Amino acid sequence: MVQPLTVLPESPSQTAGPYVHIGLMPTYAGNPGAYAEEIGTSPIAEGAQGTVIEIVGSVYDGTGWALRDALIESWQPDAAGIFPGQPGADPAVSGLCRFAADAVSGEFTLRTVKPGPVPSRYGKAFAPHISLWVVARGINIGLQTRIYFEDEDNSDDPLLARIEQRPRVETLIAKKIGENRYRFDIRLQGAGETVFLDL
Amino acid sequence: MIDQGPLIPRNREMHPVPYYPDYKTSVARSPSLPLLSMESGPSEETGPTFGHDQIGALDNNLILNWTKGAAPAVGERILMHGRVLDENGRAVPETLIEIWQANAGGRYRHKKDGYLAPLDPNFGGCGRTLTDANGCYQFLTIRPGAYPWPNRGNDWRPMHIHISVYGHSFGQRLITQMYFEGDPLIERCPIAATIRNRSQLDRLVAPLDMAASRPLDFLAYKFDIVLRGRRQTMFENKLEGL
Repeated sequence: MVQPLTVLPESPSQTAGPYVHIGLMPTYAGNPGAYAEEIGTSPIAEGAQGTVIEIVGSVYDGTGWALRDALIESWQPDAAGIFPGQPGADPAVSGLCRFAADAVSGEFTLRTVKPGPVPSRYGKAFAPHISLWVVARGINIGLQTRIYFEDEDNSDDPLLARIEQRPRVETLIAKKIGENRYRFDIRLQGAGETVFLDL
Repeated sequence: MIDQGPLIPRNREMHPVPYYPDYKTSVARSPSLPLLSMESGPSEETGPTFGHDQIGALDNNLILNWTKGAAPAVGERILMHGRVLDENGRAVPETLIEIWQANAGGRYRHKKDGYLAPLDPNFGGCGRTLTDANGCYQFLTIRPGAYPWPNRGNDWRPMHIHISVYGHSFGQRLITQMYFEGDPLIERCPIAATIRNRSQLDRLVAPLDMAASRPLDFLAYKFDIVLRGRRQTMFENKLEGL
């Protein structure tokens, strides 16, 4: 015998189910006023430094159908690459946003500031990116991914560099569709499957 | 800032399998390619913080919060309580826990739920709270009913409460479900069965806690939650090129 390890295992995940919005986005679920103040309605307040951008997209299943019940959270630093809570962070950036696929079209919109590059333990900085966490009915454990931007220099990013199949890098890069507007589609499975992360 | 170290990598053996054909929706919604692994970075090691000023006085009382205290919800009154810990056994204080659930008849207050069981006019079904300095939390609610769902011909979800937790970093983000001790539907549920390791599934089943129940008022169920921890060693900061 050996000494027992005292590490506790993480609680197992379960799907968020079809009614996740009741808990996380009550107004979207049809229950406005459930809370005096909802959490994560916008990642920025008035006066946030940097360029305000809008990212639109859909989450597609393995048949190419856009999910109508997906809920996404985004987390990001401010325009200088400083996360909320770190010294010098922009007080107008809360960093967290919750948004849902539209119940009719399946399209989502994220309005935020474009984040700055973030230092890493690897020496090289991460190129500007927004972290995403996708939950929905049928997704047993939340899927992590990242939005990078096609008009930034992504060539030295330590995460993108780890993707062996180079065409798959494109699945993490938002495409410019207008002035300060981008499109980022998430494909859960099959052709063009988005790179999902375990980190 | 002091580097608190990277997150301990997730042990995916403990978690549900993403692709589980008996849970039909997972078939087209599970990635078929492997996840990309890497040590966590600032994007995963930081996370949102929430203040007590954002949380209303009745937000963790689902018996009263829908009517703002005017009338109580119908059903079996229960206290749901427990602690949030990390893998190193440390309490996770001041973290946001959100829950949502069906009413006593198994009906959700969501515009897309068309189950014939009626809504309770006095029950909304969502609650939230922050853990205290010891990582403890509590909710007063009614025990949700089981409900049918269109999966296999006659599938019914066990009684459950959905739970969302942040921890202190975005990489700890977790959504799970709490089940109730003794519910015979747990054994028959394809969503519960996505967790292949039976001892792990047991960790989502809350025991009846008579010691915390209040005589002539409510029963109690205890539900502890473990989030990812962080790896700290004195050899932490790797220099470039080494």
